[in-house]
Amino acid sequence: MGHIVINNLNKEFIERRQNQRGKNGAGQLNQAIPVLEDINLEFQEGEMVCVLGPSGCGKSTLMRIIAGFDRPSSGQVLQDGKELSSPSPDNIFVYQHNGLLPWMTVWQNVELGVRHTEDLTQKEETIQEYIDMVELEGFEHHYPHQLSGGMQRRAELARALVVNPEMLIMDEPFSGLDFLTHMKMREEVVNMHLFLEKTILLVTHNIDDALIMGDRVVILGDRPARVKLDRKLDFPHPRDPKTAPELQELREEIFFMLGVSYAV
Amino acid sequence: MKFKNPAFVHAVFAFLISLLVWELTARFSGWSEQVFPGPLPVLLSLVELTANGTLVKHAVASLFRVTAGFYLAMVLGIPLGMVLGRSTPLRLLGNPIIHFLRPISPLAWIPLSMLWFGIGDLPAIFLIFLSSFFPLLVATTIAVRSINPIYFQVATNFNFSRFETFTKIMVPATIPAIVTALRLSITIAWLVVVAAEMIAVQSGLGYLILDSRNALRMDYVMVGMVVIGVIGLLLDYIMQQLMKIESTSWGTLGGK
Repeated sequence: MGHIVINNLNKEFIERRQNQRGKNGAGQLNQAIPVLEDINLEFQEGEMVCVLGPSGCGKSTLMRIIAGFDRPSSGQVLQDGKELSSPSPDNIFVYQHNGLLPWMTVWQNVELGVRHTEDLTQKEETIQEYIDMVELEGFEHHYPHQLSGGMQRRAELARALVVNPEMLIMDEPFSGLDFLTHMKMREEVVNMHLFLEKTILLVTHNIDDALIMGDRVVILGDRPARVKLDRKLDFPHPRDPKTAPELQELREEIFFMLGVSYAV
Repeated sequence: MKFKNPAFVHAVFAFLISLLVWELTARFSGWSEQVFPGPLPVLLSLVELTANGTLVKHAVASLFRVTAGFYLAMVLGIPLGMVLGRSTPLRLLGNPIIHFLRPISPLAWIPLSMLWFGIGDLPAIFLIFLSSFFPLLVATTIAVRSINPIYFQVATNFNFSRFETFTKIMVPATIPAIVTALRLSITIAWLVVVAAEMIAVQSGLGYLILDSRNALRMDYVMVGMVVIGVIGLLLDYIMQQLMKIESTSWGTLGGK
């Protein structure tokens, strides 16, 4: 299941530069550079968690650790009480872009998630069901480069969901999409989440995305990154910060926290 | 239908112009027909050599050597390249030796290969193998190294076995680069076979050229050159068709 506890997690990278840069301290060789410091978080099962933070603060590193692609320097990530240490189909990572295998059609990509299903008719039905769900019917046999950016994201979403994972980790899934596609994808992810009730970790730099979609908003900041805000959002969907004063207040607070003085 | 293909029309036109230039230079060079034959005597010799079967015999002999050496290079070079591309320690061990051997021309191996393999097909096949093995090996290694690491992450995320990672990620990801390398190295192989046949064997197009020179038949020499060019063109055409297959062209837009 998708209950996640992160205990005292730290992550450091080792500086591997050849030459020292600057005279005092800043560019020491082989110096450990802390990226994440003392992260403690708990995500309930089925929660949609939106992780916000300035770019380069370590959001993606944290997601990679949770997905098992990277190891923490200290501390641990527990999934339902068990330590999470390696990637598995239980936690599917959805990439910023190019996560689809370009030499496979949409159908073949989605099939990766259910390739061990014995019953062929059932397998085909499942694949078709998920392709229909992301509204890509008619594009089953197209290659990724023949699809628009938004369609590629939807295809990748279908591939992630067909596995029936405990948790989805989405690293800026809307970046690079045009405004309307962004809105539509956001709506689709929210609906999908209401329908499937899976734990979703979604990294974004769009504050409105986080406020409209999230059951919980986590803000990482500073260097090394710590948790600056971890708040549950108990508002029904559809949400609109303009008509909900509490959300509007939180929005302004977050803008201020991230360095923008006036929420526009 | 075929004549409407602009590439084909242009190619025919270019060859016609070349023939004209050839004819004019031959006629006004001041050299005798024995030294610089024009297109017409060469065409007559071409017909003569085709009719008596000499040309086919030599062309088949050359093609056999190229095919044997080239397949050997493919069978050994591509898998080894895959291994070196994936394993850093093996690559660090292998690369210095590979890049030391690579710039040594296959022709420099002629004396040794004749000593080791005697007279016949084997030394020529060995030289062709050498000429295409290293380009294929290096191209495959680089192709594997430049696979987007995201695809390997997808593979671990979806619990791919080693075999699946190989067949579903490594092979399709590297095929476009490997097909390009095949296209380049078949040309090199074809270059080398002619040179090898001038030394170690009694058949093949290279032997035809050398033998005709000794007989002072420059028209036969030119027939040999023309046939080498035509076969080279055909080999390249075949390789180009390979690149157009849909699954090998995923990297290019629409596979057009």
